[in-house]
Amino acid sequence: MAKWMSVAQVKEKIKESSAEEVTARYLEVIGKSKTNGYVTVSDKALEQAKKIDAEGHEGPLAGVPIAIKDNISVVGLPNSCGSKILEGYVPPFNAHVIEKLLAAGAVILGKTNMDEFAMGSSTETSYFGPTANPWDLERVPGGSSGGSAAVVAAGEAPFALGSDTGGSVRCPAAFCGVVGLKPTYGAVSRYGVVAYANSLEQVGPLANNVEDIAVLMDVIAGYDRRDSTSIDSKTEYQKALVNDVQGLKIGVPKEFFGEGIHPDVEKAVRGAIHKYESLGATWEEVSMPNIKYALASYYIIAMSEASSNLARFDGTRYGFRANAENWHAMVSKTRAEGFGTEVKRRILLGTYALSAGYHDKYYLKALKVRTLVKQDFDKALSKVDLLMAPTMPNPAFKIGEKIEDPLTLYLSDVNTCPINLAGVPSISVPCGFTDGLPIGLQIMGKPFDESTVLRAAYTFEQNTDHHTKRPPEVE
Amino acid sequence: MITKEDVEHIGWLARIEINEQETVEYMEKLNSVLEYFGQLDELPTEDVAPTYHVAEVYNVFREDVAEECLPQEVVLANTEHKQDGAFRVPKIG
Repeated sequence: MAKWMSVAQVKEKIKESSAEEVTARYLEVIGKSKTNGYVTVSDKALEQAKKIDAEGHEGPLAGVPIAIKDNISVVGLPNSCGSKILEGYVPPFNAHVIEKLLAAGAVILGKTNMDEFAMGSSTETSYFGPTANPWDLERVPGGSSGGSAAVVAAGEAPFALGSDTGGSVRCPAAFCGVVGLKPTYGAVSRYGVVAYANSLEQVGPLANNVEDIAVLMDVIAGYDRRDSTSIDSKTEYQKALVNDVQGLKIGVPKEFFGEGIHPDVEKAVRGAIHKYESLGATWEEVSMPNIKYALASYYIIAMSEASSNLARFDGTRYGFRANAENWHAMVSKTRAEGFGTEVKRRILLGTYALSAGYHDKYYLKALKVRTLVKQDFDKALSKVDLLMAPTMPNPAFKIGEKIEDPLTLYLSDVNTCPINLAGVPSISVPCGFTDGLPIGLQIMGKPFDESTVLRAAYTFEQNTDHHTKRPPEVE
Repeated sequence: MITKEDVEHIGWLARIEINEQETVEYMEKLNSVLEYFGQLDELPTEDVAPTYHVAEVYNVFREDVAEECLPQEVVLANTEHKQDGAFRVPKIG
């Protein structure tokens, strides 16, 4: 059995042999993993696959294995969010996306490593240690869905779910040479996903190709009454897979090619845009003047929401609890010992930004800037069908290189976080390499126009071969 | 600029115990990030409305119907600290 297979090939293999054999093969690959991409391998995966073989499941993903980021609740599997504070916590309910996957017949291989509570751009802040990039084991896979991207790139799962708050699906997709989609805000229910910054985050798929992204979106997207921001967009994702960009208008926002961009990244992305031109699309430079303020606005909002959301972790009902004589000391000690440095830093900053006297200066100001950033997107996307830019300004950096300096690490989200402020869909697809490390092209679209985003991504893939390259480290 | 006293106060508000050495470290790192946030001051926003949420959904209601909730033993399954069907915590104060 080939190590890297598309979902269509996996389904073919299941027909030829069995879901059990396919799952067993993936478990064997996981057993030899060098990435530390999984934090939990499900001991029920084989049993689940056998059941599908025995009962002849007809679902669109019958017997197809999938990896799940460790902040998405799956009954019976620990859900740690990469944190000590949730050590031993096993959710009593499934997330909406998990219900959908199980109904489609998917087999859950396990839970993937992540930056603690999805806060990070490198998957180095996990309580379970960093994940390695399959293209170079000394480098980060990107974050915070680094485990999900690494296991797909390393052939340890055909596809995976991640979550994207400021680029956490697209960043590791770019660094690991896979495809990652952040859907429009509201397209996928967040019910059962541990909240970090809920006005920004969306569950998103990671896969080896655009088709598999569409297959997964057709399963997980749709209305859920348990998420009050859920919207039924009625998009048929697989139908968007048309190899044609004739007449498509592309906007290239100059602000996404700012200072500090790696020259090979710029070259690969501009090369991709010229490829579109040769396929019949047109492009023009556009300006989004408020983008330079997006990063600061994003972090203030994310940290403020985090300080509120993470207040629920107090050691009372689940997870880690520190010993103390009274309740207040128990909570303060539990949170001091249970959260890692980066999470505490963000909670403290968020608490400060919301505190009396500073609310207007930081939080309210950031929300107003968010309006301006959103208006930039509305304006640009009223003139063109799509926007294209680098996903990450640089290729994957070395483990440990940026971790001591939070601001430097935050700056790596400069091209991805504006999208979350505006809530628009955005995909990262492989578009080249520099020194053997993958580069991602980011394609952004209008709200709920995933069809055009996927069509453009699919057409690029059909006419190039970047997505077929595999990492040498794990072969 | 955040002072040591500010860090201690925020730690108290956030219910995170911070020791003496950490206070200094946090003070330095938080100040460098806050300095970066300060760039927003140069952007005039007096007439701009804040965007709390981009989803265009308003007043999401459902019928007020009682539904099944998680059974007590399931709710208590994730902790060792329980007594008589309740979570057990140390005394307050």
